[in-house]
Amino acid sequence: MEVINLEATEDTPRIVLDKDKSLFEISGRSLPEDSAEFYQPILEWLDRYQKNANPQTKFAFKLEYFNTASSKLILDILSKLEDITGTTVIWYYHEDDEDMEEAGEEFSELVDIPFEFATY
Amino acid sequence: MDFVYELHKTMLQEKLILAYEGEFTQEVTKSILAMTERNMDSFGEDSGVKRKVFNVMVECLQNISKHADNLDPESGAKNNALFMIGKDEHHYFITSGNPVFTEKVPEINRKLSGINDLDKDGLKALYKEIITGSPGLSEKGGAGLGFVDMARKSGNKLQFEFETIDGRLSFFSLKNTVSRVNTKE
Repeated sequence: MEVINLEATEDTPRIVLDKDKSLFEISGRSLPEDSAEFYQPILEWLDRYQKNANPQTKFAFKLEYFNTASSKLILDILSKLEDITGTTVIWYYHEDDEDMEEAGEEFSELVDIPFEFATY
Repeated sequence: MDFVYELHKTMLQEKLILAYEGEFTQEVTKSILAMTERNMDSFGEDSGVKRKVFNVMVECLQNISKHADNLDPESGAKNNALFMIGKDEHHYFITSGNPVFTEKVPEINRKLSGINDLDKDGLKALYKEIITGSPGLSEKGGAGLGFVDMARKSGNKLQFEFETIDGRLSFFSLKNTVSRVNTKE
């Protein structure tokens, strides 16, 4: 399956989606001008991955900041992950970033996926 | 040329560290964010405060670029609006001003007043209600969460005002206050 490997920019996160290496990670800042357009390829990739997913998918979110339009798209990603058996979300937050910790907790309440929390 | 000195005095008096008037695009948003971050780094601002200021600024700036209505559609000038950051010993003030169609004023007013009536848990519940309620982003690419998020992150009430420009347009001013004292402890 094709690999998605996007470098971070000032307003978009780094994204790695690699089925063979079992790497699934979104990290950095997310405040694109058009969140729907930016995340569309990610959602489409997850649709394809879901058809032949690894037995386990550890999906890491390591976000420093995301805007409200991105939060809606993060929820869309989580909803896709909900349909992939064996998914765990690892929600990273900076150790003094209470808001990011809380954001993770809130997402975990909105979807039916196990969340693990870790600091960096 | 008196206005130059007057403007300078006003900026000092209002303790403004940055004021921008003009077109709002993603490029402008990124520049303003970068300048403000550098400014806050230069005197070692607390990282939690920095994050909150950044957060409120992004929502404020992207709100303007998505929603400010055109003062003069003929001229092609886009989203002519004002954005300012002020700072005193204990607070940051993130203020914006932009024209909106007067017909939208009651709805913005209702939204903001509703948000100001809520406490922390109420805001959290409203955030969840909005994020799960709509099937996607609006036509303008917003999640409808900007004001709620500003109130949650700043931890303060939103101050706002509308002034009549002409029969069609009103000027919408919005002020967010972020405390520089870390309220966590």
